This record gives sequence, structure tokens and C-alpha cells, in this order.
Amino acid sequence: MSDTIFAVSSGNPPAAIAVMRISGPGADAALSVLTTRLPEPRYAALRQLRSGKEQLDSALVVRFPGPDSATGEDVVELHLHGGRATIAAVSAALANIPGLRPAEPGEFTRRAFENGCMDLSEAEGLSDLLAAETEHQRQSALAMASGGLSRIVEGVRAELLAASARVEAAIDFADEDDVSPWPERRTVLAAMAAQIETLLANPPAERLRDGVRIAIAGPPNAGKSTLINVLVSREAAIVSPIAGTTRDVIEVPVALQGLPIVFIDTAGLRDETDDSIEAIGIARAEAIVASSDLVIWLGEPEDAPNRAGVIAIRAKADLSGALDDQRLAVSAMTGAGIAVLVDTIVTRTKTLLPPPDAIALNARQRACLIDLSAEARAAATTDDLILSAEHLRLARLTLDRLTGRAGVEDMLDALFGTFCIGK
Amino acid sequence: MSYDVIIIGGGHAGCEAAAAAGRRGARVALVTMTRATVGAMSCNPAIGGVGKGHLVREVDALDGIIGRAGDAAAIHYRMLNRSKGKAVQGPRIQADRVAYRDAVQNALAAQDGLDIIEGQVESLLLSGGRVAGVTLLGGTRLESPSVVIATGTFLSARMFCGDAITEGGRVGEPAASILGQQLRALDLPVARLKTGTPPRLDGRTIDWSRLGVQPSDEDNWTLSPLGTRILPQLHCAITRTNRATHDVIRGALHQSPMFTGAIEASGPRYCPSIEDKVVRFGDRDGHQIFLEPEGRNDPLIYPNGISTSLPVDAQRAMLRTIDGLGRVVIAQPGYAVEYDYLDPRALDHGLESRALPGLFLAGQVNGTTGYEEAAAQGLVAGANAAAAALGSSQLRLYRDTSYIGVMIDDLVLQGVTEPYRMLTARAEHRLHLRADNAETRLSGIGIAHGLIGQDRGTHWSAREAVRLTAESVMTFGGDRSIAARVRRDSLDTPAVRALDPVLATLANDVLEELVEDARYAPYVERQRVEVATRRAATHVRIRSDLDYTGIAGLSAEMVQRLNAARPATLGEAERIPGITPAALSALLVHNRAGATR
Repeated sequence: MSDTIFAVSSGNPPAAIAVMRISGPGADAALSVLTTRLPEPRYAALRQLRSGKEQLDSALVVRFPGPDSATGEDVVELHLHGGRATIAAVSAALANIPGLRPAEPGEFTRRAFENGCMDLSEAEGLSDLLAAETEHQRQSALAMASGGLSRIVEGVRAELLAASARVEAAIDFADEDDVSPWPERRTVLAAMAAQIETLLANPPAERLRDGVRIAIAGPPNAGKSTLINVLVSREAAIVSPIAGTTRDVIEVPVALQGLPIVFIDTAGLRDETDDSIEAIGIARAEAIVASSDLVIWLGEPEDAPNRAGVIAIRAKADLSGALDDQRLAVSAMTGAGIAVLVDTIVTRTKTLLPPPDAIALNARQRACLIDLSAEARAAATTDDLILSAEHLRLARLTLDRLTGRAGVEDMLDALFGTFCIGK
Repeated sequence: MSYDVIIIGGGHAGCEAAAAAGRRGARVALVTMTRATVGAMSCNPAIGGVGKGHLVREVDALDGIIGRAGDAAAIHYRMLNRSKGKAVQGPRIQADRVAYRDAVQNALAAQDGLDIIEGQVESLLLSGGRVAGVTLLGGTRLESPSVVIATGTFLSARMFCGDAITEGGRVGEPAASILGQQLRALDLPVARLKTGTPPRLDGRTIDWSRLGVQPSDEDNWTLSPLGTRILPQLHCAITRTNRATHDVIRGALHQSPMFTGAIEASGPRYCPSIEDKVVRFGDRDGHQIFLEPEGRNDPLIYPNGISTSLPVDAQRAMLRTIDGLGRVVIAQPGYAVEYDYLDPRALDHGLESRALPGLFLAGQVNGTTGYEEAAAQGLVAGANAAAAALGSSQLRLYRDTSYIGVMIDDLVLQGVTEPYRMLTARAEHRLHLRADNAETRLSGIGIAHGLIGQDRGTHWSAREAVRLTAESVMTFGGDRSIAARVRRDSLDTPAVRALDPVLATLANDVLEELVEDARYAPYVERQRVEVATRRAATHVRIRSDLDYTGIAGLSAEMVQRLNAARPATLGEAERIPGITPAALSALLVHNRAGATR
């Protein structure tokens, strides 16, 4: 029999409420150690929790008998008062019950996966959902956790199996029966590859998870740090009138209208400096400007970095007065132009993120699908029916890898290692 | 009387088992109900095909009987899939029934240490939890530490022809019901399958002039490199069913035991009866029929493609709607057979019963169909039965070296839900497992296990030496090697021959094998890497005492399947149908947890 595990499944204490989750065959027994009467399944009830004579807490208690629970096992949730001492006392009481132990990181999800309550891409989606910090991330992770990718993969799998069956029939039975060769092979397989490629055309999930990276760049003392502080509404960067104040790269993650964005303040770019530390900062800034998703450029238009995704603005507009300039005039001091700049950033950022209801692929899923479309293409183009069948077989293996059928152990370790305890 | 190995049954599995055990030096008794029918072809007078032909070449490479007997009896040769790559080309012959049976009986007679005993096995002798021999009807006791059951459809078989039902395996022969009852009593898992045959036609009443003929292949290929074409070659002919045929069948469906419910067992999807074809593929306006001669001096014709269990009148009416068969006379009506098979998941990869050591099972009794599948299992079971008796090495063939390995792995891990037929689609290493390189793949293994006789050994050693030299010539030089040029410039064998004096003098079969190797080498290499990776990932051993019922996350059905197949490794568990990734990880976790406790 498997162990019964427990852990706080809500956020870090202290908080108003802490949800202690218990999962496993001993969940109900554990609850009856702590309290006298078990509530009806799936009905919340207030119960006094005791350890021996000592009262632990007055808690809301819910039972979810397996298999209709989050993990597929018997689950009990204790909604405790969220102080550290309360949590510690209840944890100690639970740990004293034979057969119970604290959960390992990711163990609840692992059990859910093992009990068939979710497949791999759903588990990955759940992992992202738990880590989601912005509305946009949440919607996308939810699409994944509720099986969005799995449904598409199921569709591809059905088509792939049908195609394999046609090719195999043509190989094994062509001369014995009247199985026709399959003249539509190339068109059908090319269409399958194209369908997978459409999925791949979605912007990658990493940007969604880690944020769109926007560099604020320009010559020294152009007002970059002032601008970033206004955009993120706090003193994230040191501001001074001395040119070269920002020497290192400062990253500020922020949710702007629900979009995950990382603003990156950089050292001012100038050709010569005697300060060797500043020189390193300038080199880093140049690298950031080259690698970030968008650049807000505060310098002269003719000095702007030669790349796509540059938003050129005229900073310190309050000092220079009205000029005949196409650039957006922005003043961090008066707030002029800031709302327009934010709108511009939001609009440009949205084009770099997968739409919230679309399937965002992580690097592993992307790699599998790239292989899958390559195999489907190869199966479509080869003249040799045996090689076509071989590429379809490899495509099926790739699909199995995507859903977690192959390389079981490594895949599980990598996946569940990213979970934090109790989720 | 005592022997090393007793074989029950003189069909294709039994004969190969007896011969293989004999080649390994065992003293063998082959027990058959009728000595005269040892080696008989009970159904289709053909051997080989796509997948099946691969098995024939593999059994032959291990010095089995079927290939040479086939050549001795062949009256028609046809290489199937000739237009496709060699990997899926299937050698197939029509055999003269009498000549084939004689060739098999001659091969058995020539085998040292092999007795053929006529009699019916009444029961198995058991001692100390393992097999100790058999008793025959009439009381004779034969003792041996190994017994191979190769009884085909003869276990508790029933024949159906319309609403007429008879006990028996083949027309005119009794079913081995007593042994069947004992096996049921032993609590070995037993289930039922069905198979069918078409009516046999009198060829003198067929109007051949109306039909397209299919001549025997002209190039002089043979099933076995040690075989030769002896008999004169005959034509086959092709005709088709039509709407009128289908109307007759639909009108008689209510009399077919398959549709009245008298037969409940499942038959093969890939070889349906004509009733099945008409019901399931109702939109088709015709189905192909090959008219295959049964022998040189025999007017019997086997109409391949219309197996049926309709009543005789309906069979006749149906046949007479078909082009060329307007006045045909049925020599023997078609019928369906329902029979017991033992769930092969109760066996290990050597085809030995896990529950009853010393008991081996081979052939149709394991749920397979076809002479070739039976012969291949017979060889493996016979070799291992001898090993068990003599203490010699076990013969294990794997998925990446042979179709035989694929079949056995499928049988013992997945079991069968319909009669199992070999298909190339079942072999993931198909590009390498070709009919034309069976010798290269397997004869060395055969020598290591003492399965190869002197003639074969001499032939193989000479060929292998030449092949290895020529292979090094072909592959020398990396990107500029002849092998690389074969791939890049799609060179054919004459072009390759011109490139090097060593290749110029090479026998055609060796050169063709090497050119085909070269053509698919990058794919085969990729598969080799795949196999190595999978081996590493899936060689985690599952403890034999692991209690599946205690593992949360396994459904009752999965527990039942795992218990039936008892996989030895995680890789084997993965190949059991219905075992999900989640179940595998649960298995892994519990296996590991148990090991550290």
C-alpha cells in the first residue's frame, strides 16, 4: 500500500487560512484521529481538531474520497487558521500518526499523474498554473491543464494511426488481397505536417512564463532609470543626475495590464569611458539590447540600435518643449505621454505572446512537435513505401514521447522536480 | 520407455520441435494420432508470404525443415511485393500436398534419435510440480523431463458446416479432447478461437479459359539456399466474387454458425470468412479469389479468399455465380473450426509454461495461425525442451534480431485476441529483418546452440566469409565508400559489381543482400541507437514477487494483464497493451520502493 502524505497546499504562512491536504489510503483514518465525527464527502464542516487532550485548531474540514479527488486517492483538506504555530502543531500531530509522512515536492501531482487523473501535458499545464503570476499566464496554463494540448495530440494520434494503417496495409496485403495502394498518401501526410507546423507557429511558452523582455536603452543620463521607476511604479533603480549612475543591468518583472513583462534598465551607451566598471556595464547593455524582445530607445533616432522591435521615444519632454518630432514625447516628471507609452508597450507585447486561449508549447513539447512534423514531412516525400512507414513509426514514437510514454523515469524526475511542496 | 523430449502432435510445430530437439542431440519421441498425416498441410497448400516468408527463411536459417520441404514440393513460386524494397518482399510457394508431407516425413526419418509413436496422449505425467512424461490411451507410459504440446486445433475442437456440428480437428480425425480436459483441469488459462477453410473444388469442373493466370516466377529463387526447384511449375488463376455471389451469401446468413451465434470465438480480422467480408465491407462489389492447385496429380483446387461455414447448398450456389466456376463441383465443403488455445502469456520467452516447468507449447495451441508461425514456435520450443532435458543453453531470440523474436515477445507479453498472424508491420526493426538476410542474422546463433547440421554449417561458413570480405569492401572509405554511393546515386547490383573485382565475382544473393544493407544503413543505424537507448531505459528488472494488487493507480484490468504476463523488465511491461505511462511510473515507484526496503 502507498503511504499517506500531507502538506500545506496553500501559500507561505502566515496567512488568514492555510489549507493542509492529506492524500492516501489513511486520509480518513488520520482525520478521525484529529476529530470525532467525519463529515459527509464533499461537504464542508467545522470541526475541533485535537491531538490527545490538546486542542490544535478549529478548522473547516472537507473529505474527497477517491477516486473522485485531485489525486485519485482519498483526500482530506483541513482549512486551518494560517499562523505558523498552528500549522506546525497540526503537522506534528499528523506526522505522529502511523503511515503518514510529509509530502515530497510535487508528490500530490505525481500521484494524480500516476493514478491517471491527468496526463503529462496536463501535469505540465498544472505546474505552469501554480506558477502563474499574471492573468495572461493563468489563462494559458489553464488551457494546458484542462487538456488543450492533449486533445490536439489525440487528434494527431488518430490521424497518424490511420495513416500508418493505410501504409502498412499497402505493404503487408497489397499482393494477397485487393488493398489499393494509397495515392493520397503524400497529400494527407503533408497536411498532417502542416497542421503540426501551425501549432509550432504559436509564440513559445517560455516568454509567457518568464515574461517579455524589454530593454530600456539610450545614452548616459537620458532618463532611463527614471522612466523604469515610473513604469513599474516604484524606486527600482537608483536615479541621479550623474551620467553613468546605472552600471549593471537591473531587471524588474512586472505585470502590465495582465501581461508578464521584464523591464531591463541598462547602463547608458557611450563610446568612451575611463571607468572600467562602467565599460563592463556598457558591454552588457549592448548584449541586452541585442537579445531582448523589445527595446525602448531614449537616444537620438539616428543612434537607435539597428534591429526590429525598437520603440523610440523622446524622454524628458518637459525639458525640451515641443519639437517637430515623430517620436512619442514622454516625461517621467509630469507623466505626459506615459499612458500612451504603456499602451504602445502592451500592444507590442501582445504580439509576442501566445493568445491566452491558444496552446503555448514549452521547449520539450516544441522539440517533440518539431520532430513530429519532420517525420510526417519525410513520410510524405519519400518514394519508398517502407521508408514512409518507418518515418510514420518514428512519428508515433515521438508522439509517445510528447505524452510521456517513453523515457518514463527521466521525464518524471525532470517534471516533478520543478514542483514545490504540497502543490 | 523414457526419452529426453516428447512432442505431442505431428503438425508443422511438432515436426520442427522434434527435429530441432533431435539436432541438439536429444532422444525424441513424436506422438501422433495418425502416422500417415505427419507433416500434412491441413489448410492452404501454400507456404510463405509477406511476414510468413520471413519466418520460413528464419526457421530455415536455424536449419529447420519447412524451407527445404517447401522447395521439394513447390509447384509455383511467387515473390510478393516484388516492386517494393527487399525488407517487405515475401517469398511464397504453392506446394504439392503429397510431396510436402513426404519431404517432411523424410526429414524426420533422417534425424537421429527420433521415434515417431502412433497413439493418443491421454494425460500428462506430473512429478514434484513438473512434467515427467505422458500416458497414452491404452496405458503406455512415456517418461521424459520435457514435453512439447503442439496439438494445433485438435484440443476440444468442433467443426461447423451450416448447422451440422462435429467434434474433431480436421475432417476425418478425432479431436484431442481428453488432453484438453486435463489442461483445463491443470488450471492453465484456456480460451477459444475459430478459424475456417474454403470448400475444395474439382479443378476439372472449372472453366480455366475464362480466367487470368498467374505463372510461377521465372528467376530461380528458392525458399532455402540449400533447396532446389524439383517439380514442374503450374499456374494459379484469379477470379472474383460479384454482386450475385454476395446476394446468395446474404440470403443464407441466417444459416451461418458465425451469425446464428453457434460460434462465439473470435476469428482473424485479417483473414475473414466470405460471410464476414460481405457483411463488413458491404460496399465492395467483389473480392479477389486465387485458385491454387493442390498438387501435380490432383484435380483439387483451393479457392483462397472464400473461407466459409455456410451450409453446403449455399456454398455451391455461391460458387456457381463466380466467373469460371459456373459448373464447379465441390469436392469437400468449407467449414469453420472452433478450438481451444492456451493463453500464451502463461509462457516465458522460451515457450515454457511458468506454472508447470518442463511443459512447452508451440503453434496454433498458442493462438497463432499458419504453418510458418507454428513451425517457428516449434523450433524454439523444441530447442528449449532439449535444453531443459540436457542442460544445454536456452534459445532466446529477440525483437531486433528476428521475426521469430517479435512473434514470441508479442505472444508471451500481449497474448492474443484473434488468431495471431505474422505481419511485417509488427516488426519495428523491419528494415533490418529481411527475408534475404535471415542466414546472416541467425545461422551463427544456430551454430552456437547446436542447432545447425553439417550441410548447413559448411554452406553458411563459406558464405559468411565471402560476405564479410565483400562487406568490408563495400563500406570502406566513409563518405566515398561504395555503400555511400549506393545510397547517394541509387546504384543497382550490376553497377556495384563493376566497381570492384571482389564484388564482380560475388554470388547474386550475397551482393543483393549487401546492396540492400547499404541502402538502408542510416536507418538501421538509427534503430540500433534506439534499441540501445531503450535497453538502457527499460532494463530495470521488475521483482518477480511484486504484488500488483497492492499498487494504487493500477486498474483491475491492468493488474489482471500484468499478472497474466508477469513482465520481467519495465520494457516488457511497457509492451503490454493497456499499460499507460502513469501505470508504468507507478510500477517503477513500487518496484524501487520494494527493493530498498
